[in-house]
Amino acid sequence: MNNKIENTLFQCRAINKEFGNVRANNDISINVRSSQIHALLGENGAGKSTLVKIIYGLLQPDSGSMTFLNEEYSPKSPKDARALGVGMVFQHFSLFEPLTAFENILVGLDKELGEKELHASVIMLSESYGLEVNLSSFIGDLSAGERQRVEIIRALIQKPKLLIMDEPTSVLTPFECESLFKTLKKLASEGTSILYISHKLKEIADLCDTASVLRKGAIVGEYDPKKMTPRELGEIMVGQSLFEPKRPVAANKSNKVLSVKINEVKPDTQFGVTLKNIDLAVFQSEILGIGGVAGNGQEELMQVLTGEKKDRNVSIKYMDNDIEMLNPRERREIGLAFAPEERLGHAAVGNLNLLENSLITDPNKRFQMKMGFIDFSELNEYTNEIVEKFNVKTTGVSALASSLSGGNLQKFVVGREIGQKPSLFIVNQPTWGVDALSAANIRQAIVDIANTGAAIILISQDLDEILEISNKVAFLTNGNLSIPTNTMDIKTDEIGAIMGGISD
Amino acid sequence: MILSEINFAVLVASLIVASTPLVLAALGELVVEKSGVLNLGVEGMMIIGAVTGFIVGVETGSAYIGMMAAAMAGALLSLLFAFIILIMQANQVASGLALTIFGLGIAALMGHPYTGIKSPQISTLSIPFISEIPVLGTMFFQHDLIVYLSLISVLVIWYFLNRMRAGLILRSVGEDHDVAHSLGYRVVTIRFLAITFGGAMAGVGGGYLSLVRVPQWTEGMTAGAGWIALALVVFSGWRPFRLLIGSYIFGGITILQLNLQAIGVNINIALLSMAPYLATILALVVISMSRFRGNRGAPGCLGRSFVKIT
Repeated sequence: MNNKIENTLFQCRAINKEFGNVRANNDISINVRSSQIHALLGENGAGKSTLVKIIYGLLQPDSGSMTFLNEEYSPKSPKDARALGVGMVFQHFSLFEPLTAFENILVGLDKELGEKELHASVIMLSESYGLEVNLSSFIGDLSAGERQRVEIIRALIQKPKLLIMDEPTSVLTPFECESLFKTLKKLASEGTSILYISHKLKEIADLCDTASVLRKGAIVGEYDPKKMTPRELGEIMVGQSLFEPKRPVAANKSNKVLSVKINEVKPDTQFGVTLKNIDLAVFQSEILGIGGVAGNGQEELMQVLTGEKKDRNVSIKYMDNDIEMLNPRERREIGLAFAPEERLGHAAVGNLNLLENSLITDPNKRFQMKMGFIDFSELNEYTNEIVEKFNVKTTGVSALASSLSGGNLQKFVVGREIGQKPSLFIVNQPTWGVDALSAANIRQAIVDIANTGAAIILISQDLDEILEISNKVAFLTNGNLSIPTNTMDIKTDEIGAIMGGISD
Repeated sequence: MILSEINFAVLVASLIVASTPLVLAALGELVVEKSGVLNLGVEGMMIIGAVTGFIVGVETGSAYIGMMAAAMAGALLSLLFAFIILIMQANQVASGLALTIFGLGIAALMGHPYTGIKSPQISTLSIPFISEIPVLGTMFFQHDLIVYLSLISVLVIWYFLNRMRAGLILRSVGEDHDVAHSLGYRVVTIRFLAITFGGAMAGVGGGYLSLVRVPQWTEGMTAGAGWIALALVVFSGWRPFRLLIGSYIFGGITILQLNLQAIGVNINIALLSMAPYLATILALVVISMSRFRGNRGAPGCLGRSFVKIT
């Protein structure tokens, strides 16, 4: 124990922070030792982000103290933090999309560096840590993984002693995660400590030396993730036992709900993927899981299924009707529901409140009284039910959608779509950025509507999720969809082979 | 041929003079918008610049002192705007409109005693040797200091925005103020500076109108120049050089149609007066349509209030 304290790089003691009546951080003390990957584990809203914002100087604590390198540490701004050797990689990337990768790195520096000099050090960093990035490309054109590499380079270029990573894997593909972990392990072995925020339990067991668990703004304890199962850690994190949703009992093979045939669909943008040779069908009470690494046509397939993109080379049959020429609204009217991946701006309108967001996606005018007046009591009831059932953390149904955290908005979106009692529900990344307990809830809700007769297409990059609740699985590679097979019959190493060779 | 009555060299020289107020005001607004602020008060700041510049010019007898006063007046008025939108976080569109109305009103009040007076002369700085070149010399090298300065500022602002770190930071603030804030940049301070600069530029533009271009004070003399400047910023795709081209097209056709009117061409006057507006829009639309694809236009946070999330 003494030995541990001697190695302390960063310490915070009795940090308190309140927002209004909410105690985001309650007497938090942690110790980060040098050359360690220290996990900060907790559900959405447990206070992790608040704590790291305090460490990075974005927020000031109400009380409490911090030491860094055995000296008093109280950064007034991120600039102070960076100057002292604390770097941070944000969950929602703090990058400027219209600027190039190089400009983004430049703008994150505190001192002026010569362009050549900077180029050289960026190239050196990217080579020694496997962080490949094309510096002249615009951020808007880069994948999530590439964007993250830009952020990591930007942080590393200032040679931090403590690197904070806020949910770095929430947007990464499994392959990208692996290369990120290699980078982080290498950094730690060279003396950089990493404060690693996550609610993904498996990766913490893989990666981290220590885990501090936060619940409702307070520290629950410090644990050794290597000596615990993810499940045990998860139960500490949520403070109750976790359940695992079971896949729907049986598909009703006599009732085909949807069949899709695509010869070829060209993308709208040069960065898009061409969909080819897709042939899928989904039956009543069946979940069809579509896996694959991001950027292999998920987005494009979703657009074809929702009707955002209509194409002559597509044939979509929904309960014996050809619907390929119907627009999204018309599809919703006949019993389809969709939850696209991008929550803000696609699945929900940020500047409208939750009530309004429920209203505009309702195809059947059930919140409409005569003469076009809105039935607010019905709407209120419906929206409140979603918030309650899916444990959406919000100040109320009249809160703007943009004021919700990503995970909470995701719960709302899925809840809203399921509440329409669709016959066919198509969802892309339903539990992206959602904490363990809520993710289990969402999956259970999807299984529940499947059990009452709905057909589900579940597109997800989370392989575990797909294998857990789908009856059938297929994988997207480069715009091609593999032949759907029964989940029971598939072996994990086969999946690797199907998806193999597609990782960038 | 009736057009031969127009001296081409003199025409170009006067189009440059006619366009300079636009160039100045629009450049200022470009910087403001690049920082993410939409200031619709350009017209108001211009006319305050025009009246202040004129009054100070007349009282001191120096057009240059007048011009400086114009810049200060424009900047001062823009500070009011900055305070309202950055500190009080009022709506930018409404505040900008109010600024224009306020500026027009107060300028009329201030300028009333000065109506009909002639302003002090501004001397032209003929550049040695090259101003002697026939035609070209007359067109480009026999102007006053402000014209040269306006051209230099196009260059400087382009360089600042695209080649300097400070310019990059300004653009970042305009693209995404939340991210800039999370990196530790002071969004409000940077926008304050940008708005003040924009105000000063609009002020000088106005001062140039009343001291050189016209040169006298009449109520409402900006006659929509501030709005044209705003439109030019948008149509130029927030690019300084295109903005210069746009301003010169507008100024050029204005001068041309005045000349055509003067020599009595048989075209309806309403159509002639309309021409500069139409031609400018047409030209800039064509520019932004064709070759320059991948044009990343409006700053991401243009017109949005920055609310610090704590």
